[in-house]
Amino acid sequence: MSGYLVEHPARVAALLGQHVVLVLVALAVALLIALPLGVLAARRPRLALPILGITGVIYTIPSLALLALLVAVLGLGPLTAIVALVAYAQMVLIRGVVAGLRGVDPALIDAARGLGLTARQTLLRVEFPAALPVILGGVRVAAVSLVALATIAAWIDAGGLGVLLFEGMNSDNSAKIVAGALAAAALAIIADIVLRGVERAVQR
Amino acid sequence: MASSQATDSAERAHGARVELRDVGVRYTNATVAAVRDVSLTIAPGELTVLLGPSGCGKSTLLRTINRLVEPTSGTVLIDGADVRARDADALRREIGYVIQAVGLFPHFTVAQNVAVVPRLLGWDDARVAARVDELLTLVRLDPARYRARRPRELSGGEAQRVGVARALAARPHLLLMDEPFAAVDAIVRASLQAEIARVHRELGTTIVFVTHDVDEALRLADRIVVMNAGAVVQAGAPDAILQRPADAFVRALVGVDGETRRLALERPLIER
Repeated sequence: MSGYLVEHPARVAALLGQHVVLVLVALAVALLIALPLGVLAARRPRLALPILGITGVIYTIPSLALLALLVAVLGLGPLTAIVALVAYAQMVLIRGVVAGLRGVDPALIDAARGLGLTARQTLLRVEFPAALPVILGGVRVAAVSLVALATIAAWIDAGGLGVLLFEGMNSDNSAKIVAGALAAAALAIIADIVLRGVERAVQR
Repeated sequence: MASSQATDSAERAHGARVELRDVGVRYTNATVAAVRDVSLTIAPGELTVLLGPSGCGKSTLLRTINRLVEPTSGTVLIDGADVRARDADALRREIGYVIQAVGLFPHFTVAQNVAVVPRLLGWDDARVAARVDELLTLVRLDPARYRARRPRELSGGEAQRVGVARALAARPHLLLMDEPFAAVDAIVRASLQAEIARVHRELGTTIVFVTHDVDEALRLADRIVVMNAGAVVQAGAPDAILQRPADAFVRALVGVDGETRRLALERPLIER
């Protein structure tokens, strides 16, 4: 069953590498957007509804449909795939940031402000560290789902493990499909385990 | 305030003088004012207890002193200067603040928690380290044993000792304490009260202490300010409050056993 992996390890490794890059770049960009939006949503209840609503709606758009729409605007290639992945990750990441910040013990914030930390120092030195386990939970869920979603990037010439799946389907080569699926599943599991480890480490 | 000379062992400082002039607080959307036209002068070095039932406005009043709450009317002066003229964060770094929930930062060690304000004020490492040990000793926690611990490794009483040390770190001339010992058991509370009385005696810091516990107020206060429904009902020495309660509310608060309590007061705290 895993014949393709044994016969073409270099090709699988190269596609796996592309896949990892797609996911990591998308996750990094997504976090840069989600952190400020999450802080905004946690601080201003009036903005929470539109922010969570819009990202929630994006999340419900079928991924193939979103990709097709983006291709019409941005063309084929990895950039388009990354834009789609970033958009999908927003809801999970922002919810993590909002839940994390809202869950911070109010006494910590009262003590911090009372001791003379500025609002910014309180956010960076007290609230974020206290919210970090919950925020990282969101990052983990986002990472695992991006690994799965990134397989369809191959459909718009963005590479990754999806290439094996689409090639396998087109040429009726089940060994290729199995190799691609196994590699993607393994990547998702490893991402989950690593990020769980990070979560535990920051909780201590 | 935090003098640049590193003579940290010369502990005793003058206490700040606090004046509240017609202070009123009305929260937005609230139908009644939380604090109504309170005027109060707290003498340097005095330990004043704000005493009253929950919701009487005593915490709100306390929080106007370090600008965690901005009065909707009236003025708060510290050593004659309007607190509104100061940057709120800079002001708070000069005022100690202790709360019931302690609020130690869980991701910091005990030493890092105590060092928060000195760090904000830019003290160097050696001075901070020396000050941390000095403060832990002051609140009777062995620095060698406690310095590197995390807040979750402390008992409730130990945590509040660290909370007090953190509040005193930058030698404030004023210490605000909001129900600081309400969450610990009676035995620990008594020992923490004795520590605060000792620290107050040793340092001469002005302390404003909020509690709903009459016995605690009687034990600690130089002066008790009884509050009800946002207003001051009576202010005076513990003995005067017990002997001459101003009205039925104060009489009910100190209870029918006022005389027993007055006798208990005559036993000095140090001997407990």
